[in-house]
Amino acid sequence: MTFILYLINGVSLGGIYAIIALGYTMVYGIAKMLNFAHGDIIMVGAYVCFFAAASFGIPPVIGVLLAACVCAALGVIIEAFAYKPLRQAASLAVLITAIGVSYLLQNAALLLWKSNPRVFTSIVGTGAVRIWGLSITYVTITTILACIAIMICLTVFTGKTKMGKAMRACAEDKNAASLMGINVNVTISLTFAIGSALAAVAGALLCSAYPTLSPTTGSMPGIKAFTAAVFGGIGSVPGAMLGGVLLGIIEIFAKAYISTQLSDAIVFAVLIVVLLVKPAGLLGRQVHEKV
Amino acid sequence: MVLKVENINVYYGAIHAVKDVSFHVDEGEIVTLIGANGAGKSTILKTISGLLRSRGGSIAFMGKNISSAPTNVIVRDGLIQAPEGRAVFLQMTVEENLEMGAFTRPKSGNHARMERVFALFPRLKERRRQPAGTLSGGEQQMLAMGRALMSEPRLFMMDEPSMGLAPILVDQIFEIIGDLNRLGGTILLVEQNARMALSIAARGYVLETGRIIKSAPAADLLEDDDVKKAYLGG
Repeated sequence: MTFILYLINGVSLGGIYAIIALGYTMVYGIAKMLNFAHGDIIMVGAYVCFFAAASFGIPPVIGVLLAACVCAALGVIIEAFAYKPLRQAASLAVLITAIGVSYLLQNAALLLWKSNPRVFTSIVGTGAVRIWGLSITYVTITTILACIAIMICLTVFTGKTKMGKAMRACAEDKNAASLMGINVNVTISLTFAIGSALAAVAGALLCSAYPTLSPTTGSMPGIKAFTAAVFGGIGSVPGAMLGGVLLGIIEIFAKAYISTQLSDAIVFAVLIVVLLVKPAGLLGRQVHEKV
Repeated sequence: MVLKVENINVYYGAIHAVKDVSFHVDEGEIVTLIGANGAGKSTILKTISGLLRSRGGSIAFMGKNISSAPTNVIVRDGLIQAPEGRAVFLQMTVEENLEMGAFTRPKSGNHARMERVFALFPRLKERRRQPAGTLSGGEQQMLAMGRALMSEPRLFMMDEPSMGLAPILVDQIFEIIGDLNRLGGTILLVEQNARMALSIAARGYVLETGRIIKSAPAADLLEDDDVKKAYLGG
């Protein structure tokens, strides 16, 4: 029975990674860049959520929506000021800029909100339900449900709507998309907005499950979610989802059955093995360079 | 006059790729730009579509200056391009590709537009739910043309529609281009296959290293000794 509990907790943790990984993978798909500041958007989202509840008494659901809006705007602003001027630059320049933005966000948070960790109040309360003798927390259930809802929404958005299809067209060929009259800049901004809003949701869920919040809260989950995106195949939306969930399960099982200290090492070791066997990730496409 | 290009100059860094090029396209005409690989043909089309910018000069479409307009506005105004190498969205279905062609048009008319495209290219209808990546080269070219037609253009620019196709398919594609023109379409055709292009065009311009060196009715160019020697294989 405890095995099933670990599995459920793993899926839930993995769900958070998956939601973050979606942001990485969507931005990579369209802008062909690794946005290393993405993890810190999680932290900003969690702080917005925290202050909405603690200072203004805003109900948690509204708080999460507010955080999503603030982060969406932040994502768009970061893209416009930091990445857009580098659209034609070498990818290394963009990568270094992204790392710079990451430190900027962390240090801005340090100045604004100080380094002392805050105790985050769970957005869904701390209770648990008992199913067949298993005690499953509200946070776990909410995370899994949120994950499913987000996946369905994204699938419908990219598969059925005009803007969603335009996003896929841009991801495949920006020149051709632009020749169809699609505004590529708007589409890229929209992708950053969606990814960052998802990061805010992930931040609220993460801090509900692990309630300490500090300016560096986002960096480790950010790196793990990046790992999950690569694991599943960077650029692939289902890949990010699968990679995230698997990573969460592996992490919880490693903690439970092998060693708590070694769990992160095991997670990254699995990544290395997968990339050795399948360099494009689980669901990634092998890119054939045209010559 | 549908399109009037005057004295455009385009650079890639220090390379002067298009030099003082001027030409025009009248309503209902097929006009062709012919020339060797690297003569600047695609660069001219990219500049008209707003992907590249000219230093000085002007580009007027339906009397409106579009030389600094963004591509999406140019497309909305009715100037579309089927780019070199087809550039269909390989991971999207045939239908989705066609929808992207109508991006600047209201969604409500998509069904009727798609039926018109399917009437021209019945093969696309058979394969409407397949990813474009599973189509043959000829079918992808048809899709690229169908996609462009979805915007109901007032001027249709085609960049090397014959590229990489078997001769029988080239004939088929040019037959369709002729049909489009007879239905009233105005076409600016860029081709390396000069003989085919001149055989359906009303007028032609010959491009050499970024400069227009000759312009004449297509029938005259077909008989021109220099053109024969350089582009028609003697």
